Amino acid sequence: MASITLDNLGKVYPGGTRAVGDVNMQIADGEFIVLVGPSGCGKSTLLRMVAGLESITEGEVRIGDRVVNTVEPADRDIAMVFQNYALYPHMSVRQNLAYGLKNRGTSKAEITRRVDEAAEILQIGQFLDRKPRALSGGQRQRVAMGRAIVREPAAFLFDEPLSNLDAKLRVAMRLEIKELQRRLRTTSLYVTHDQLEAMTLADRLVVLNGGQVEQIGTPLEVYRNPASTFVAGFIGSPAMNLIPSRAVPHLPGSAHAGIIGIRPEDLAVDPDGPIEMQVRAVEELGAQRLVHGHTNGADLTITLGSHADLHDTLRLSAQPEALHRFDEKTGKRLA
Amino acid sequence: MIENRPGLNALAHLVLILGVVVVALPVWVAFVASTHGPTDFMSGTVPMWPGPHLVENYAKMLDTGLSTSGTPPVGWMMFNSLVMALSIALGKIAISILSAFAIVYFRFPLRGLAFWCIFVTLMLPVEVRIVPTFQVVAGLGLLNSYAGLSIPLIASATATFLFRQVFLTMPDELVEAARIDGAGPMKFFRDILLPLSRTNMAALFVILFIYGWNQYLWPLLVTTSSDYYTIVAGIKRLADVVDGLPQWHLVMATAVLAMLPPVAVVIFMQKLFVKGLVETEK
Repeated sequence: MASITLDNLGKVYPGGTRAVGDVNMQIADGEFIVLVGPSGCGKSTLLRMVAGLESITEGEVRIGDRVVNTVEPADRDIAMVFQNYALYPHMSVRQNLAYGLKNRGTSKAEITRRVDEAAEILQIGQFLDRKPRALSGGQRQRVAMGRAIVREPAAFLFDEPLSNLDAKLRVAMRLEIKELQRRLRTTSLYVTHDQLEAMTLADRLVVLNGGQVEQIGTPLEVYRNPASTFVAGFIGSPAMNLIPSRAVPHLPGSAHAGIIGIRPEDLAVDPDGPIEMQVRAVEELGAQRLVHGHTNGADLTITLGSHADLHDTLRLSAQPEALHRFDEKTGKRLA
Repeated sequence: MIENRPGLNALAHLVLILGVVVVALPVWVAFVASTHGPTDFMSGTVPMWPGPHLVENYAKMLDTGLSTSGTPPVGWMMFNSLVMALSIALGKIAISILSAFAIVYFRFPLRGLAFWCIFVTLMLPVEVRIVPTFQVVAGLGLLNSYAGLSIPLIASATATFLFRQVFLTMPDELVEAARIDGAGPMKFFRDILLPLSRTNMAALFVILFIYGWNQYLWPLLVTTSSDYYTIVAGIKRLADVVDGLPQWHLVMATAVLAMLPPVAVVIFMQKLFVKGLVETEK
């Protein structure tokens, strides 16, 4: 177990494309960090630089106190879980789990102990002698995690481990990963493009966009105080409404800001409200409804209880503290 | 296409049977000829059913051979052929899998050039380069040796190319997982690439074994001592008689014997062979 420090970390590909730039962060021992962002934002590259699968062109990665920039992946004391599991197809589950340990010269008895322990934790004991092809997606995923656990590494690296699973299984495995990490208290770096996965798993979130860190913070911090319009639009579902302030001139503070952000759930129907919304479409979700419409030409979405009355025009209001103000040009949050 | 029309079925079977007859008839005639006495085939009518001399003819060829043609017993020639075919097949697989491994997994200067050089030799079969190759082999003093029979035929662009394609289908994550698991390049090669290319190696072995077994021109050139005659080239020597009739019954017995090992290889490795050619799952 160890902390991980990223110091001015950057990656420029030969040819000049910058994949990641200037990432600074300190990951505490035992912390669960989720790197989240749209595809192509550099989150996987960042993870792979920590893993040692991608060379580092700028800055430093430290695991514990050791600079690992040029250390081979096997010697970094990390374990990685891949999106497509990357199990060795010709080896049984047991051999898959044991392979890394065998290569490090771990004793037979110790290997058996660790494999049995991991199998116990992940409940894959009855599959130990099967080949990966005889397992379902969820079971393969467990084996992939088992391969990480048996190494007892300083850090787990997860590269979108759940994206090959179906929706239901994904939710179940998400919970399991969280519990597992709580139990083992191993420092973890987790890459995903799914903001829900990011919110539920993370101790702290790192939101990336275009190779740059947009914001680092606990899920609630990021949710409540998004640092930019990008984060505001990315974290939270349905996404935050980002409205040019001229469309909502009567809201407090709108005169000083270019863009006003309001979460759909923070808008309430209020006959005296300052916003008038023309309803365009309604999505029924059971427990609630998503109402889409526009006000003064700006798109707007609100969530309403399923019993709320619907009209063609709704008047809405929001609490002043639920308003987020952003600069129009930079997209950055205004104090 | 699943259709159930008796007429079509009958036609399909007719075509298949016709095909089998066309392919099998010469083999049958060869077998029949090998069971008759020396003069039966010269009498004008070709017998279509086996004669009484089967054991006698085969025993003679396996045991003493046809001394008038200067060839050793068939058993010995078959052993030579086996050594040559196995050396060629195994040598080709070993060399080409290693060169494919280098080309796919390592970044070294002139890697592209190396690949294209190998690729270009695809266009130069043995027959095209046979004179310079003979010169080299003779210069090295390898005439009349197993090394001379097999080594010049071992370098193979086809096999290298095939293994390259196989390796290119291996997912990158597998390589990365192995790296994180602490497997160095050769360990990765031995523990992961080799077992995963097992079926491809088997398929290639079948093809290359038959290729090696059927070599005719090259063994004819580099062997002058009867100790190193191979069976396929030997058949030609058996049929060559200066004055007198060729001993067709004995030539045919040899031909049938020569057919057996390749057939055995195909039969015993058929399952792996087909798997290696069609399997895509990695």
